[in-house]
Amino acid sequence: MEQETILKVENLSKTFRLSRKQQRLQKVKERQKKAVSNLSFSAYKGEIFGLLGPNGAGKTTTLRMLATLIRPDSGDAQVDGASIMKQPELVRSKIGFLTSELKLENFFTPNYLFDFFSSLYGVEAEVREERKRRMFSRFGIDEFAEVKVANLSTGMKQKTSLVISLVHDPDIIIFDEPTNGLDVITARTVTDFLKELKQEGKTILLSTHIFDLVEKLCDRVGIIMDGQMIVCDSLAALTEEESLEDKFFRIYQGELAGKGGQISEK
Amino acid sequence: MKSNLFTVMKKEFARFFKDPRMVFTTILMPGLLIYVMYSFMGNGFSEMASEDEEEYRICTVNLPQSLKVFQGAEGFDIREIGEDETETVKEEITEGTGADLLVVFPEDFEEAAAAYDVAQTTEPAPNIDIFYNSSETGSYGAYQAMTATLDAVEDAMANKFDVNASDADYELGSEKDMTAMVFAMVLPMLIMVFLFSGCMAITSESIAGEKERGTIATLLVTPLKRRELALGKLLSLSAIGLLSGCSSFLGTLLSLPKLIGFDMDVSIRYSAVDYLWLLVVILSTTIVIVGAISVISTFAKTVKEAGTMVVPLMLLVLLVSIAPMLGGGATGEWYWYLVPIYNSVQCMTGLFSMDYSIVSIAVTAFANIVCAGLLVMLLTKMFGSERIMYNQ
Repeated sequence: MEQETILKVENLSKTFRLSRKQQRLQKVKERQKKAVSNLSFSAYKGEIFGLLGPNGAGKTTTLRMLATLIRPDSGDAQVDGASIMKQPELVRSKIGFLTSELKLENFFTPNYLFDFFSSLYGVEAEVREERKRRMFSRFGIDEFAEVKVANLSTGMKQKTSLVISLVHDPDIIIFDEPTNGLDVITARTVTDFLKELKQEGKTILLSTHIFDLVEKLCDRVGIIMDGQMIVCDSLAALTEEESLEDKFFRIYQGELAGKGGQISEK
Repeated sequence: MKSNLFTVMKKEFARFFKDPRMVFTTILMPGLLIYVMYSFMGNGFSEMASEDEEEYRICTVNLPQSLKVFQGAEGFDIREIGEDETETVKEEITEGTGADLLVVFPEDFEEAAAAYDVAQTTEPAPNIDIFYNSSETGSYGAYQAMTATLDAVEDAMANKFDVNASDADYELGSEKDMTAMVFAMVLPMLIMVFLFSGCMAITSESIAGEKERGTIATLLVTPLKRRELALGKLLSLSAIGLLSGCSSFLGTLLSLPKLIGFDMDVSIRYSAVDYLWLLVVILSTTIVIVGAISVISTFAKTVKEAGTMVVPLMLLVLLVSIAPMLGGGATGEWYWYLVPIYNSVQCMTGLFSMDYSIVSIAVTAFANIVCAGLLVMLLTKMFGSERIMYNQ
């Protein structure tokens, strides 16, 4: 059965200018670093797609481009039919984006912030109240709804950020390292929730360097190294012969030896 | 568009007004502090002045008969002493105990003075020795008072002509004009400085602070347009900056009479229309100041850095604001009113000295609004620039 493509990434490239200090640290002579180069992949509606790669591979840069926080040098991506280059505002209204870099203002309460972000997304008051009740009780935020973010525990802050990134009930959810820095209990809450979202028919794109997370959650996986998509396939196909970890390291060493891995897409 | 702009502004207001500490430090404290400080300084000055009115203890040697009237004069407590006591009195003056001043007349002062003719004699004029101690305020005051009195006596003795001796009212300027002049010199600077410092605190906190804490990025992933964010911040911060400026201004206005030492009935001097124009000038200026500080704060990575980067702009504003104190009044040519900040200071100088044209105020308001518009456009561009917004 042909699956519906909801996210189509086409030849995305992004270079960053390096400062002299960075050049020295990375021992390179070039003034520019290619963070992402000619990256293409697609995600289908209702699946969890994992971007797997070591630190500095370009995962975060890719996700930030898709969230229209930064602009690609070339290439484009269609997010539910909207172009990240031409319709950034429309793209932003269709996605929920969560990363640990996006912080909530310490001064406000989860309740206030939920309302504030809801109105930025144009959510009706009735819908908002119903959604807030449901989400707050799902994550146990209701008890802390009127406590300032500054006084919440790290886990509760993270849960509040998660809930607030989804105030508009988006169909596409982009998570950068969703379980980073969380304790096991909160991490479990988040992964369980991702599964629930998938059951609701949402499409999830997440980046991680944790194999376990990919094996538990993802339907399809793209392995990124040095800004390039090395492998993009279903989890089942990738783990047919060996574990994901073994597969990853075989590709990684192949890359290191300069042979290049096998690029395939299903 | 409108609703998102409103949402951003509402949040900025909530952030500010729901925080009692911020309201206190930004709005209540500046005015209160200025009022208390100026009143205190004013009281200090007037106390010093009243101290001066105390009687000076003056010792005289050979006080001439014609000058015995000094003894009854207000402010002078004259004690005649013999020549043998002068050394003791000098010691008293040096140590600041007892006498303030020692005045030694020549023995035959009256005759010598009467006989002296500046046109004919080659002899020096009779000399009066006055011993004083300038490190003692009492002694120095007594010295000044005594020399002034003796100068007057000298003038009276050899009177050739008088200046302003009749009862006519020679000062043609009214007290109103004088007050207006003092206001025109001092107030534009005070208003600009208070407006600037009020705007600086809140703007750098709201923009560089949000950048530093990573909360502005959270706003940038929502469908909120960069322009709405820029304009929303500018308008709400201007309103708060204006309140802070008003508080400082009110504090100044209420304590200024105490500081300067004369009673100024402000309500009589400026009409409601004057105030309206002043408000127009101040409002449009606030938007320009907040816009400029916003742009600088957006460049900065932290609140601290923003504080440092704003200093040159602050000095520039200060320099321009001091200009009216050098006198000259407001400029006449309308095109000078196209230059932001300078135009505001000139307008205020004109308004306070009651010598302004509607054209200059209109040009100022127009120029400031255009300038603010350009700054919003620049800010919008900057909010969209990844290099500026995520340059950690």
